[in-house]
Amino acid sequence: MELYELTAHELAELIRTRKASAAEIARSFAGRIAEKEDAVKAYITVTEDKMLQAAEETDRLAAAGELLPPLAGVPCAVKDNMSTAGVRTTAASRILENYVPVYNATAVEKLEENLIPMTGKANLDEFAMGSSCENSAFFPTRNPWDLSRVPGGSSGGSAAAVAADECAFALGSDTGGSIRQPASFCGIVGVKPTYGRVSRYGLLAFASSLDQIGPMTKDVEDAALALNVICGRDVMDSTSLSAEAPDFTKALTTEIKGMKIAVPREFMEKGIAEDTKGAVLAAMKHYEELGAVVEYVSMPNVGYGLPVYYIIAPAECSSNLARYDGVKYGHRSPLSRDTFSMYKKSRTEGFGPEVKQRIMIGTYALSAGYYDAYYLKAQKVRTLVKNDFEKIFSEYDVIISPTAPDTAFGIGEQTDDPYTMKLADICTIPANLAGIPAMSLPCGFDGKGLPIGLQIMAPALGEEVMLRAAYAFEQTSDFRKKPAFPGGNK
Amino acid sequence: MKYDAVIGMEVHVELSTRSKMFCGCRVDFGGEPNTRCCPVCTGMPGSLPSVNRRAVEFMLKAALALNCKINYENYFHRKNYYYPDLPKNFQTSQYDSPIGYNGYLEINSGGKTKKIAILRVHMEEDTGKLLHVEGGKSLVDYNRSGTPLMEIVTRVPAPEGYDIIENAEEAREYVQRLRQLLVYLKISDCRMEEGSMRCEPNISVRPAGSDRLGTKTELKNLNSFRVVHLATDYEIKRQIACLEEGEKIVQETRRWDDARDETTIMRTKESAQEYRYFPEPDLVPIRLSEEYVEEVRSQIPELPIPKRDRFVKDYSLPLTDAEVLVDDPSLADFFDRTAAMVKNPKAAANWIMTELLKLVNESGRPLAECGIKPEDVKAVLELMDSGKINRNAAKQVFAEMFATGKAAEAIVKEKGLEQVSDTSSIEECVDRILAANPKEVQRFRDGEAKLMGFFTGQVMREMKGKANPAVVGKILKEKLG
Amino acid sequence: MLTKQDIEAIAHLSRLEVGEDAEKLTEQINKLLDDFASLQAIDTSEIKPTSHAVPMYNVFREDEVRPSLSPEDVIKNGPDTMDDAFVVPRIVDTD
Repeated sequence: MELYELTAHELAELIRTRKASAAEIARSFAGRIAEKEDAVKAYITVTEDKMLQAAEETDRLAAAGELLPPLAGVPCAVKDNMSTAGVRTTAASRILENYVPVYNATAVEKLEENLIPMTGKANLDEFAMGSSCENSAFFPTRNPWDLSRVPGGSSGGSAAAVAADECAFALGSDTGGSIRQPASFCGIVGVKPTYGRVSRYGLLAFASSLDQIGPMTKDVEDAALALNVICGRDVMDSTSLSAEAPDFTKALTTEIKGMKIAVPREFMEKGIAEDTKGAVLAAMKHYEELGAVVEYVSMPNVGYGLPVYYIIAPAECSSNLARYDGVKYGHRSPLSRDTFSMYKKSRTEGFGPEVKQRIMIGTYALSAGYYDAYYLKAQKVRTLVKNDFEKIFSEYDVIISPTAPDTAFGIGEQTDDPYTMKLADICTIPANLAGIPAMSLPCGFDGKGLPIGLQIMAPALGEEVMLRAAYAFEQTSDFRKKPAFPGGNK
Repeated sequence: MKYDAVIGMEVHVELSTRSKMFCGCRVDFGGEPNTRCCPVCTGMPGSLPSVNRRAVEFMLKAALALNCKINYENYFHRKNYYYPDLPKNFQTSQYDSPIGYNGYLEINSGGKTKKIAILRVHMEEDTGKLLHVEGGKSLVDYNRSGTPLMEIVTRVPAPEGYDIIENAEEAREYVQRLRQLLVYLKISDCRMEEGSMRCEPNISVRPAGSDRLGTKTELKNLNSFRVVHLATDYEIKRQIACLEEGEKIVQETRRWDDARDETTIMRTKESAQEYRYFPEPDLVPIRLSEEYVEEVRSQIPELPIPKRDRFVKDYSLPLTDAEVLVDDPSLADFFDRTAAMVKNPKAAANWIMTELLKLVNESGRPLAECGIKPEDVKAVLELMDSGKINRNAAKQVFAEMFATGKAAEAIVKEKGLEQVSDTSSIEECVDRILAANPKEVQRFRDGEAKLMGFFTGQVMREMKGKANPAVVGKILKEKLG
Repeated sequence: MLTKQDIEAIAHLSRLEVGEDAEKLTEQINKLLDDFASLQAIDTSEIKPTSHAVPMYNVFREDEVRPSLSPEDVIKNGPDTMDDAFVVPRIVDTD
């Protein structure tokens, strides 16, 4: 067994008991990255030296008898849309190809405070817009389970890095499913916390009212540990919640007798692949066997989530991405004769087609005369979606559903039409609209041997009950496997 | 034909908070470029705003002092437009929920009081600054970016019982009154020359009596009260001349050209700007409680107009004197404290407006830093009242007090300025002067009455200014009579 | 239905050039707008809009000065800089 194969909590245990040094662990991951990166291409930037230095520092502090934070020395990948001081941060866009921030995102700062070495900056769909990682301006990332398939997105690099053991865990961001869907495609655990649990300060904004940072891990316990690191109020983010973040590991018991679980029919109908449906049905049965009460429910407005999301997200993005103009950072077109051509040429050259289309849709949705019909309407229907959840959560502890309608698709299969409402997002988007926590964990494999994800959603600030439901399932089932991709572990 | 002018006024005021509206960078004027900047106020990717509590308090205070209704639920919106001085290419501002609305400000116009209707008072952030350099390029400095900015807009047309600004005099009076109010509230230094107060009148004219508004032009870059007056006046006359010539007024933005004393075109506004306002998702709403609003209201000091009226009533001052005294809050306070302890507040007012202001102006320092106290004015006035020193000596004594901080009595003693009222020594001196000027004595006796001043001057000089002028006059009259 | 001219106007507002993609874009965006049509049928007259998923009020920062960046850091990523300031080409005003 190699060190890189272990979970974060296993590695943390080795460090705590001095059975492995942080430097040994870091070197193990450096070797693994060197070995696998050419095939997987999970990283835009690998920060090997920085990782090794941070690990050595951890060892020094340990040798000096310092009490180490729980995940000290456990290497983590960071999605390349989080600001890292001194480390290039591109959002997988040409417009930021050479941008080196001078400040750390709060989540990144917390990793550093917790002595967590960073392996590198993980690939994504440009500015987190997409669900396959093919919209990266640099290269697509490949799914470690099948290199001809996508890892999902937008946090595809983070998911692939975790699945390929190129890091112990990773940070992703989720605007409409960008953590959960790739976690599902890559057979790992991905958590989108309650909106405001994790500071967004330093996260390159896509849609401010939907974006949330979260952990992508090898198991549920790792997710709880990672949440302990990154959650908490931040004065730099006015939308970060004042509620104290609990010790999430305390929620990890397998005792779920009497837990009430809702399964909305709307999530099990349209376009759900047979194998996926079968795995979710099996999971429902499994929960019943564990003593939970599982019932079908209806969420009549949840289907509107898709058009609502496809208006709100581009509207916010059109404003958030206005700052990329060639003045202060990033690409400035050589054709900038005056400020007007500077804006137009720099942005046209710098943004990819999907990003441009979203900006335009959003610009249109916000313009005078259309605001009420689109943006305001979408925000009102968003209230209806939220109300649906509130109604269900007044009676049920958690909601389960498939994370994605199907397993990982092939690279190039869905790129013809760069921007259409994707049914693939239908299960994940509603949680972002409602601001509630949601996660994906492995619950089976399809006929091609590709992992299937189970989504668990909980009311706002209900991460603990969500984690408990996930932990109980994980500990009593056997779906946490390693990808046997070409040149895999075996 | 006769024309009426309709003037709307948009004023932007930078608040004198310690830190910026949405980040902790220091608020200040000038300085080396980009020295008061951080990821937030330069719009670095990933940065987020957080609202300065005191900035909200300041703007609430202004809204209350401008007699506005208060929005208890406040939202920020994003105003989207591209300009290099705007780092995020959107300005965080208030849109449909200004903190204050439907208020008024009292001004004087030709001896009458007008209540100028105010439409809204809202919160926003200032932009950076552009410095144009050779080659048509510009340097961008974000030091000013994110400074808390308050926008105050008048309401045109005004509702029943309220007024609009109708001429250049009133335009100047309005901005001066506004400045005075904000300085009293201690929320801005309102320095027009430094741009911490910026006035943008929009002007249209229409045939007298018509109730249809004409096409308006907007004036920018007015950097003093004088220029507000000049430019507004010029623009009204220009528009009337245009209409008289049968030309159309074009909706445009014009600037004041100081060298040519005229307004010149800056840009034409072809269409309404498409700002794509939407609620700022990075900030949460501000809910003001009634208790909080009342607490802020209770912190508002006595404002210039009530203060002026009190000075007139309580101290029997002429209105014009009261206006001069209330113009600057520290001067008003100085007078108030002096007046409360002297027998004759009118005399104190005169002394403060002439002697004190002259010395303060010469010193080039603000009154508060001059070290002179109301007690000092009282002491000098009392010495004069009791006949111990005459007015000339009093000026000398006061100047010395101002410069050195010494007590009045001590200066009088040290310089021997005590007034001489003793008849015999004055008589002696008068005799000497008359004896030394026989020709003038003759001319006086022949009817040249104005020579009395000459004799008085000679005596005062001989006695080093210490003689009691009343006694000198009496003796001269006796001797020459 | 948006026309090609509409798309060009939106591109202009977005400070983007669409060039020869204009027609394809028009088609794609119109298709998306069709997908949005389902929302118009919903009665939302009594519904308040949600701008923030988790309702919060009155989040303030105290008026305290925090250290600024050095001017070198402020302009570090500037494509064109001079004297600790960003340099931009000739400014043209457009709506």
